[in-house]
This record gives sequence, C-alpha cells and structure tokens, in this order.
Amino acid sequence: MAASPNPATPPAKGLVGWIEQRLPIFSFTRAHTSEYYAPKNFNLWYYFGSLALLVLVNQIVTGIFLTMHFKPSAAEAFGSVEYIMRDVDWGWLIRYMHSTGASLFFVVVYLHMFRGLMYGSYKKPRELLWVIGMFIYLALMAEAFLGYVLPWGQMSGWGAQVIISLFGAIPGIGEALVEFIRGDYLISDATLNRFFALHVIALPLVLLLLVVLHLGALHTVGSNNPDGVEIKKGPVGNRWSADAPADGIPFHPYYTVKDLVGVGFFLMIAAFIIFFEPTFGGMFLEKDNFVPYDPLVTPEHIVPVWYFTPYYAMLRVVPDKLLGVIVMFAAIAVLFLLPWLDRSPVRSWRYRGGLYKLALGIFALSFVWLGKIGGGPGTDPVETQIGRLLTVLYFGFFVFLFVYTHFGFEKTRPVPERVTTHD
Amino acid sequence: MTKATSPMRRLALLLAGLLVSAAGFAAGPALDLEPANTQLGNRAMMQRGAALYMNYCAGCHSLQYLRYSRLAADLGLTEEQVMANLAFLPDARFGDAIGVSMSKEQGTALFGKAPPDLSLVARSRGVDWLYGFLKSFYADPTAQTGWNNKLLANASMPHVLWELQGTQEARFATSDDPRAEPVIEKLELVQAGVLSPAQYDAALRDLVTFLEYAGEPAALKRQSLGVWVLLYLALFTLLAWLLKREYWKDVH
Repeated sequence: MAASPNPATPPAKGLVGWIEQRLPIFSFTRAHTSEYYAPKNFNLWYYFGSLALLVLVNQIVTGIFLTMHFKPSAAEAFGSVEYIMRDVDWGWLIRYMHSTGASLFFVVVYLHMFRGLMYGSYKKPRELLWVIGMFIYLALMAEAFLGYVLPWGQMSGWGAQVIISLFGAIPGIGEALVEFIRGDYLISDATLNRFFALHVIALPLVLLLLVVLHLGALHTVGSNNPDGVEIKKGPVGNRWSADAPADGIPFHPYYTVKDLVGVGFFLMIAAFIIFFEPTFGGMFLEKDNFVPYDPLVTPEHIVPVWYFTPYYAMLRVVPDKLLGVIVMFAAIAVLFLLPWLDRSPVRSWRYRGGLYKLALGIFALSFVWLGKIGGGPGTDPVETQIGRLLTVLYFGFFVFLFVYTHFGFEKTRPVPERVTTHD
Repeated sequence: MTKATSPMRRLALLLAGLLVSAAGFAAGPALDLEPANTQLGNRAMMQRGAALYMNYCAGCHSLQYLRYSRLAADLGLTEEQVMANLAFLPDARFGDAIGVSMSKEQGTALFGKAPPDLSLVARSRGVDWLYGFLKSFYADPTAQTGWNNKLLANASMPHVLWELQGTQEARFATSDDPRAEPVIEKLELVQAGVLSPAQYDAALRDLVTFLEYAGEPAALKRQSLGVWVLLYLALFTLLAWLLKREYWKDVH
C-alpha cells in the first residue's frame, strides 16, 4: 500500500497528515492517479477499460434500487418487474439502465479483450493481468446468465433450463449436479431464489474483488500501448517527475479528462438505446420474455442473449452433446492460455507478421459469424456446416499462433525505441 | 413496424433494425405482416382504442398490470369519465388494475384455455402481428366457435369484432396433391359489417395503439425525456472535449 515517496510532495500536516501517518490513503490515491504514469499514445481502443468500470458501477447502483422492489419468487417475480416498470417512480428508467447496461457491458468487454489481442497486452509481464481479466469475463458471463433468469419470463425459464442441463452432459455426476444447481427436480421457485442470491451478492463480490486485482496487476506492470513499447524500459524523466518514464504521462488529470470524453460519447449511445429502443429490436430484451415463464409451453426458439450466441452456436453445430459442451467450454478456456501460446517477442500487430493480422481478422470474423448463427433458429443444415468450419477456424487461430511463433515462421518488423504517436 | 413518432425514434428503429437483421436475429417463420402504423402518444387514438378494448375485449381479457387511474392520467380522462364509461366490473375502484369478471375456470371451460391477460401482448407479439391477427378471422363451420384465424390456425378465440368487420371466408389455393394441407390464398368479405374495410382498419389501428400503450405506459414519457437527456449529454461531451484539449496542450 505504501507508495513510492515523491520528493515533490512534502509530508502533509494537520488532519491530512494525521490520517496519512495512520493510514496512507492520500499517498495511495496519488500513487494510482496523478503519480501513475501511462503511455501517452493511447488511442480509441483504450477507452473500454474505464467504460467497463463505469458500467459496473451503473449495474451495482441500479441493481440496488431494483432489489428494493423485486420479489425473488416464482409467483411474484414477473409481476414485480412490471410493478417496477409501471408503479415505481422512475422504475422503468432504472430497469432499462440495468438491462441496457448488461448488454453494453459485454460490448465494451469484447472490445477491451480484442484490444488486448491487437496490441499483445497479454504478453510478458502482463500474463497474470490477462488471466485475471479472463476470470472477470467468466464471472461476468455467470452474472449475466443469473440476472437474465430473474424476470421469470419464458426465455428466463427456458434459457435456464437449457444452460443448466448442459451440466447434465458430464458423465457420472451430471444429473446429480443439475439437481444440485436447480435445488429442485425442475426449474422452480428454489432455482429463482438462489439465482437471486448469487446475482445480487455472491458474484458481484467476486467481480469487485477481481476488478481490484486486475487494476492492482495493471498498476504493478504498467499499461501496454498501441506500439507495444515498454515505456518503463525507455528513457527516464519527464516534466512531471525526474524518475518516471519519458513516454509516460500522469493518469490524472490527462487520462481522467480524456476518458471523460469517451464517457460522454458512450453515455450518448446508452441513452439513445435506453430512451428510444430499450429492447433493441428484441436483442437486449427478448419478445418471449414479456410472457411469464410457463413450464408447459416451450417457446418456438430458445436462444440466449446475443453475447452468448457464439458459444451457443458451437454447442449446436457439434453433433454430440458432451462433445459440444466440451468444445464450448474449451473455446473460453483456450483464451486463458493465450500468453503462453503466443511466443512472438513483438507485442503490437503494427510490427507483427502479415499472417498474424490475417489470422486475427479471421478469428474475429468467425466469432461474430458464430454469434449470428447461434442467434438464429439453427435449422439450416448449410448454416450448420458453416458453423462447424467457423468453430475449426476459431480454434485454428490458437494452433496457428503457436506454430507460427514457436517455430519462428513469423517475420516481424523492427519495434521503435519510443512510442510513435499520440492524439 | 410501429409508425415513427419522432425523427429520433425513426433513427433508433433504423439502427436497431439494421443491426438485428445484420445479425440474423430476424430469423423465424417468414410472416408477411402489414404494418400496423400505430401512433403511440396520439391521445384520440388511444382513447378510441381504450373504448373498443373495454367494449369488445375486456369481458375475457384482463389488463392486470394497468390501473384505471393510470389509464385516466395517461389518456387525459377524468376519474368520472373512466369509471362511468370504461370500467364495467361492478366492484371496480379507480386505483384497481383492469380485471375481468370471467374466472380462470370459466374461461378454461368455455375456450379450452383461459383467455390470456393482454397487458404485455403488444410487447411479446408485436403490434403488426396483433393488427394482422384481428384482420384474419374467417368463418369456419368446422371450428367449435364457428371462427378460425389465418394468422393463428385453430385459434380458440372467436371473432369478437365480427359485427364491425363483417364475415370473411377463406379461399383456398388449388393444389395438385390431394393430400396436401389446404393453403389459404386470401380472405374474402362475404357479408359487410357495420364498418367499411377502411373504417375497420382504422378502428384496429386505434385498438392496437391502445395495446401498445398498455404494454409500456412509460414509453409515452421516455421518448420526450430522451431528447433532453441526449441534448444534455452532447453539451457535456463538448465541454469534456474542450477540457481535454486544454489539458493535453502540455503533452508533446
């Protein structure tokens, strides 16, 4: 917790000094804001980390207010959501901020992760930073799934039915595990009640802890940048500090004020959705979820929300259920290994081999296209074949990456000594 | 597609529509639905729609998430107007949700399945589907109620608006395969109703507009508020950008 003493900041006196001697929160805050030096060449892709934090705060604050009116019981949940939408003052706004925030959370997280792939932000010494980020992504997916079940509409109940039954594919313990998760022999009041508990307290605690660790790891190793240049290894000394990296600038005020512009743009997009198209054409709030859950009536198409559809597509195009589940989970698990699969000494794709850029493009395309297939009805056999090809391409990226970099096939370009641009 | 009531909403619909169709989420049975052209916020339409609903639908279908008081406030009606003209249950109070006199058991006995609550039907089915559904009833002597529906085959609901629309009959396409399911080519009005076809369409537009309102009363407020929120955010972003530019003069 103790920050490196900055000679420019004399020891504080009075009340601040009294507190500082007993709990160094002022120097701690400084160390992570005005004395944290970030590369000066961040571009558009560097907004999404702070935006993810903003959405997290939004989800927690709106979530607290929703919890005050929501009834976590199978008999009352659906009605209490409509009560929030109609009778609670500003309830509709709070609920739309929460539901839109959930989808936008994934938008910014996917862009944040892709940024990591473009600029090699997972490479040494940032492997643990990446792995913690992956755990955040996992926790976020669990949190989103649990939250989607709570309004207790048709898609809530049937989506839960499909996702929970995936665990049934595990040989031996599958059925018992499914029963343990549901807390009953079928999706019921018990399931809803425990999902509520996990959604409003258990996973938010995990998420917050992981975010603190993610930021802690980031501030230990320092931020990467679009050039992939390690500013801590470059020349030392800038106008704010004699021993800080020359290419670094204090995070506060320079990036706080810059992120504020990003926040403004982001909030305009969010407000546009919240006030004018909150269901986003059935993508953020599905039509079927305006019908109360009925275990006797199966919806025509059971499709998860858009952010899960790439994995759902993989599950569907693999003919065997157990194999499908394995492929689906492997698609997420393989991302954890990325820092060790990529052996290239060069971080940023600006200076990497042409085939890497091509492979990354194909990887991103296959993910998006799988998402499109997973969101469809899944009845077209041609589409299923395409889905299989895309699944192979998805995993092929990691195989290619290892072979390409481990055996020295990659022809990289020289990385500059200093960061090249800033805007 | 709902008729766009403001340029902002039109843009939002366009963007969402592009994304949704690009993502292929529009997949599903290809229903060629005529646009309902509802006008959310048009009080006269909502009032006429509410009157139609209470006279023809509310006997069987509740609106359990909409209160008479909310209806009065949003449609610009007084308590007396609503309670005298739109509330037909003998024990209905102004603060109550709109209920039905028919019990679930009676409904099940009559129709095989109790008529559903329609508070959210415009959100789950969409306004265009509702509009099409109410236009697609035809006389079918083989059906228990004497009515069938082109959009929802073997619907258990009879054509409650028949005296307004008149009676339609189905004309089937001729098929070479005698075992093929008969396909309805078109519906033909064989006996005129109280309303002309154009008047009937307009009445349905009112009714569906009312149901769209009932599905989300907040929609009346959120769109007008949204314009101000966006204007504020645009100003905020401009100021933030100016601030950023000023600070970043230090960075070389």
